[in-house]
Amino acid sequence: MNSFTYFPAAAVDLAVREKVAHSNAAYIGGGTNLVDLMKENVARPTHLIGLKHLPLAAIENTTDGGLRLGALATNADTAWHPEVERRYPLLSQAILAGASPQLRNMATDGGNLMQRTRCYYFYDLATPCNKREPGTGCSAIGGYNRIHAILGASEQCIATHPSDMCVALAALATTVRVSGPNGERTIRFEDFHRLPGDQPERDNTLADGELITSLDLPPKGFATNYSYLKLRDRTSYAFALVSVAAALELDGNTITDARLALGGVAHKPWRDTAAEALLIGQPATADTFRRAAAKVVAGAQGHAHNAFKIELAKRAIVRAFKQATEMTPATDSNAFLNSNP
Amino acid sequence: MSQVSHALPTRPSVSLAPTQAVTLRINGQDHLLQIAPWTTLLDALREYLDLTGTKKGCDHGQCGACTVLINGKRINSCLSLAVMQQGEEITTIEGLGTEEQLHPLQQAFIDHDAFQCGYCTPGQICSAVGLISEGRARTEDEVRELMSGNLCRCGAYTNILNAVMEVVRNELKTGS
Ligand SMILES: Cc1cc2nc3c(=O)[nH]c(=O)nc-3n(C[C@H](O)[C@H](O)[C@H](O)COP(=O)(O)OP(=O)(O)OC[C@H]3O[C@@H](n4cnc5c(N)ncnc54)[C@H](O)[C@@H]3O)c2cc1C
Ligand code: SF4
Ligand code: FES
Ligand code: FES
Repeated sequence: MNSFTYFPAAAVDLAVREKVAHSNAAYIGGGTNLVDLMKENVARPTHLIGLKHLPLAAIENTTDGGLRLGALATNADTAWHPEVERRYPLLSQAILAGASPQLRNMATDGGNLMQRTRCYYFYDLATPCNKREPGTGCSAIGGYNRIHAILGASEQCIATHPSDMCVALAALATTVRVSGPNGERTIRFEDFHRLPGDQPERDNTLADGELITSLDLPPKGFATNYSYLKLRDRTSYAFALVSVAAALELDGNTITDARLALGGVAHKPWRDTAAEALLIGQPATADTFRRAAAKVVAGAQGHAHNAFKIELAKRAIVRAFKQATEMTPATDSNAFLNSNP
Repeated sequence: MSQVSHALPTRPSVSLAPTQAVTLRINGQDHLLQIAPWTTLLDALREYLDLTGTKKGCDHGQCGACTVLINGKRINSCLSLAVMQQGEEITTIEGLGTEEQLHPLQQAFIDHDAFQCGYCTPGQICSAVGLISEGRARTEDEVRELMSGNLCRCGAYTNILNAVMEVVRNELKTGS
């Protein structure tokens, strides 16, 4: 770790001011991603602005009937908050599918959005990486790329965004509220993270100094027909190879509204509104779900070690919607693992 | 200024890392430390306070050996900066039970032979204390899932599960 100074911020505007005043400062929430990257010398801030004392840990109702998650609420407190469990169980399920209980107790909701890719080359200072050092090249293209993107990648970078929580937030059409040197603004969730293009060093659209203050969930929570399915190399404490947040609103067997977002497949949580549109007005059957799945992967491109994700994503979409329809949400695909003795 | 143009060449400043005073409340006692801001809570415990019950396994949040409780909640001390834990109640394995009266989980680990080398054990026990106060694990599958943040290189999982389940069942009987 490089040498740095620590400033515990007592108010949002003070935190922002401190960030703008230092050229190489970083906010720190739970530290579960930043401290790790600092130990690896991938992140080398010289000044840390501690957010933990900011009054942003509350989870409270909004006047429009939605729910506001303070940026400093922990992932664990969010997943197990009674209102989140009751009204947005898809979000609870996605959070609980990620990391470990200890990490979820530390990780903040704002930090979760900002976590960086788990691409092995991004972590390895000995290899070129356009995200870590722009212009050096991408070691994953032509290298080992089992965990990499099949959708929306570029010639510069094929990394994926690793969050589970963000996949559910994308499906639920969350709004991100931020505070910056020029005041407050809101960002639609699909506009928050970005595709790599020719600037893979930029994960998102936050401007310099901007601080996430809350995540605002809209009233509609799809609390009846939903599932977060996460497929990975082991069934706990591992990042997703492919994950699916599926949510339906049903009138009898007819789909009246649908949400679909994928994790582990792109540089950002991958919501596909065109595939959602294909579902609406259709019967909730495997055929319908297969058509939507085909639409999602229509433009997918695999590399040497991750092409399996294309078929996996298709099948995972169909299974997640089947679980949503049958009201049997399950994080793991293995029926045995989900049964309690 | 011109008179001293042949002054000594400036040297790169060699100074000790800047440290700061930090008070940590651990197992009910305040400890005043003089540490650099990048000192993790784990290193503060082990290197500055001789509280070596808490172990360093991976140092990257991947194994759970460093698990301690902050205000009763389990966390990985290797990913937490000590400066960020001022004012919090920190509990380590040394703060659970006494030699005369072990914590029920410590006793259960002995009764079920829930370790081999013992390196992961303090983290397992602190994690299980957090698990039980969360109150979310009742079945074996739930305990397995919610203890998955603690790896055991010796593979003592079967007996760890049995030890934790015994205490979980007793809590369910006596509590709520
Ligand atoms: C071993 C391990 C396994 C994991 N497994 C999973 C998994 O399976 N699924 C999953 O989804 N995640 C997983 N994670 C990642 C974990 O969820 C993230 O590290 C965590 O959510 C980050 O939150 P934090 O508060 O600790 O962020 P920090 O580490 O504090 O910060 C991360 C970044 O966010 C910035 N930041 C923090 N708060 C704000 C804010 N309010 N506004 C603007 N910027 C901010 C920081 O400057 C920093 O750049 C895992 C992590 C580890 C270590
Ligand atoms: S995929 Fe992106 S993060 Fe990984 S090596 Fe290539 S440029 Fe770096
Ligand atoms: S040493 Fe902290 S999790 Fe491994
Ligand atoms: S008993 Fe040896 S690591 Fe668990």
